[in-house]
Amino acid sequence: MSDAAFDPTAPLTPSGNLRRRRAFSRGADLAATGAALLAVGVLAVVVYTVVSRGASALDLDFLIKGAPEGIGPELVGTAIIVAIGTAIAMPVGVLVALFLTEFAGGRATNLVRLTLDLMNGLPSIIIGLFVFGLLVNHKQQSGIAASVALAIIMVPLIARGTQEVLLLVPASLREASDALGVSRWRAVLGIVLPSALGGILTSTVLSVARAAGETAPLIFATSVFDPSRFSLNPFEALPNVPVRVFQLSEEANPEGFAEAWGLSFVLVSFILFASLGARALLARSRKRRSA
Amino acid sequence: MSASASPAVLEAPSAARSRSAERRKRADRIGDRTLYGICLLAALLCVVTIALIAYQVVNGASPAISKYGIGFLTDTTWQPNFGEFGAGSLIFGTAVSSFAALLLGAPIAISIGLYLSLLAPSGVRGAIAPLVEMLAAIPSVILGFWGVLVLAPFVQGTLEPWLHDSFGFIPIFGAPETTGSSIFTASLILTIMVIPIIASISRDLFLTVPADLKDGASALGATRWEVIRGIVLPSTASGVVAASLLGLGRALGEAIAVAQVIGAGSEIQASLFRTGDTLAARIANQFPGALTEMHKASLFYLGVILLVIGLASNLVAQWIGRRFSFRGAPAR
Repeated sequence: MSDAAFDPTAPLTPSGNLRRRRAFSRGADLAATGAALLAVGVLAVVVYTVVSRGASALDLDFLIKGAPEGIGPELVGTAIIVAIGTAIAMPVGVLVALFLTEFAGGRATNLVRLTLDLMNGLPSIIIGLFVFGLLVNHKQQSGIAASVALAIIMVPLIARGTQEVLLLVPASLREASDALGVSRWRAVLGIVLPSALGGILTSTVLSVARAAGETAPLIFATSVFDPSRFSLNPFEALPNVPVRVFQLSEEANPEGFAEAWGLSFVLVSFILFASLGARALLARSRKRRSA
Repeated sequence: MSASASPAVLEAPSAARSRSAERRKRADRIGDRTLYGICLLAALLCVVTIALIAYQVVNGASPAISKYGIGFLTDTTWQPNFGEFGAGSLIFGTAVSSFAALLLGAPIAISIGLYLSLLAPSGVRGAIAPLVEMLAAIPSVILGFWGVLVLAPFVQGTLEPWLHDSFGFIPIFGAPETTGSSIFTASLILTIMVIPIIASISRDLFLTVPADLKDGASALGATRWEVIRGIVLPSTASGVVAASLLGLGRALGEAIAVAQVIGAGSEIQASLFRTGDTLAARIANQFPGALTEMHKASLFYLGVILLVIGLASNLVAQWIGRRFSFRGAPAR
């Protein structure tokens, strides 16, 4: 201790080293808060730009007519592609999740789990190359090829989401059905799946939101189309929103830009509403289960 | 079950009941087998798909692989009109743009993870966490379109001149070009894409740090930063590395948004403000217009490189991440 007198009436404020440490810690707090605000700010700027520039283009004609007045064919085409993709991906994803939770054990499980992780991490342009080589090369572009590509992207998302809710199904339900002598498949179909249905639907909606904006595979599968013509046949190239935005953004044409903003606005609002809604539902069902 | 009921169970059941029980048992056996069978089939389908993807990409690339061999990786000429292809400048562009994105994005994302797991009041956390994840939900084509029309002019008009004036003595901050299309702009877009991935994984990681440890450090007088620096980060370091690798994998493989803003240059240059191109972006830009078989095969060859890099970064991330029970990125 120095010879400075200890003053018992001095206020209890940190001094010297402690003050420095506290200030540094405060600074770190502020930096972390700033980082979070920065991310939210970027989101706000992007969404604001899309809304402010896209909403002005929007009216009923824009939504239901073909090019050059509107974007109807693209909306219909994307809906068809995503619907078929979901129809392929949802059963496969749910069954894979069942395989991992209900019939787990052994090396096969690890292999399947690793496969799902790799599928999830695969660059989507690679999936485009794959679909081109498998379904488009020496044939023609088709909505089906695009759906298959989207399904490959959706399966790991649906499988993981489903797996999570399957693990949340209370063990007491399974034990009760075992105690009653109910066979495995009846228990799975009658008890486990119904009680996980909400979660399965949520993860499906989330994966639909992901797939709807996916562009890279569609460039290979369905990029040569006539944006002024409605097409409902999935065996030919279908007009679709993401590829159209990509094409318009590559041309330096102000009218094209206006159309692209309109397309972006529709797509972003669909995606944001779908994923926010699904998340809200998920949070509610979790709360109910834990209550 | 009451005691009086048990003799009835022990008695031999009537013939009719035993027959129906028999039938039921057979149905159950078939049902069990069938369910297991189709589940196994779905799982096998995934495994086969991955194998088929690898096969198709390598198969499509085989003419280019047999013509150029491994030298393709270092050759920097890419002249479709003369039938000469090499991936050198594209590998360079991919590496530079992705690492720049990681360098910018990882510290921000880890800070967000820290904020969400340790600092934020629970109400704010519930609002900000989904918003950060929304950033990952914006389609890359729209982010790229925004990049072309909003970010690139800002970068070209404001950010690049400022960086050039202040730090121009470092060669990577060269003179700005006439358009905002540059490796730098692409890096910024990729930064926006990797942040939500790394942030949400690292938040989950930080939440797994035992409260005992953090409370103990606080009780010993550590400030919040010292708790983070001394307890939270060291105990999750390898997981954070794995999260960053997953973010890197995302940046390496992004095709569309990069194709929109990077400017499709073909030279290796020190300055970040010049145009460049990446493996994935080159495929997206040139595949629809590729006329010769060798051009297509070379683009497939780029896909092979991308596939190898992508699988490798994912496998390493899984391998590191296995220590923590997190699995994979929340979104690509």
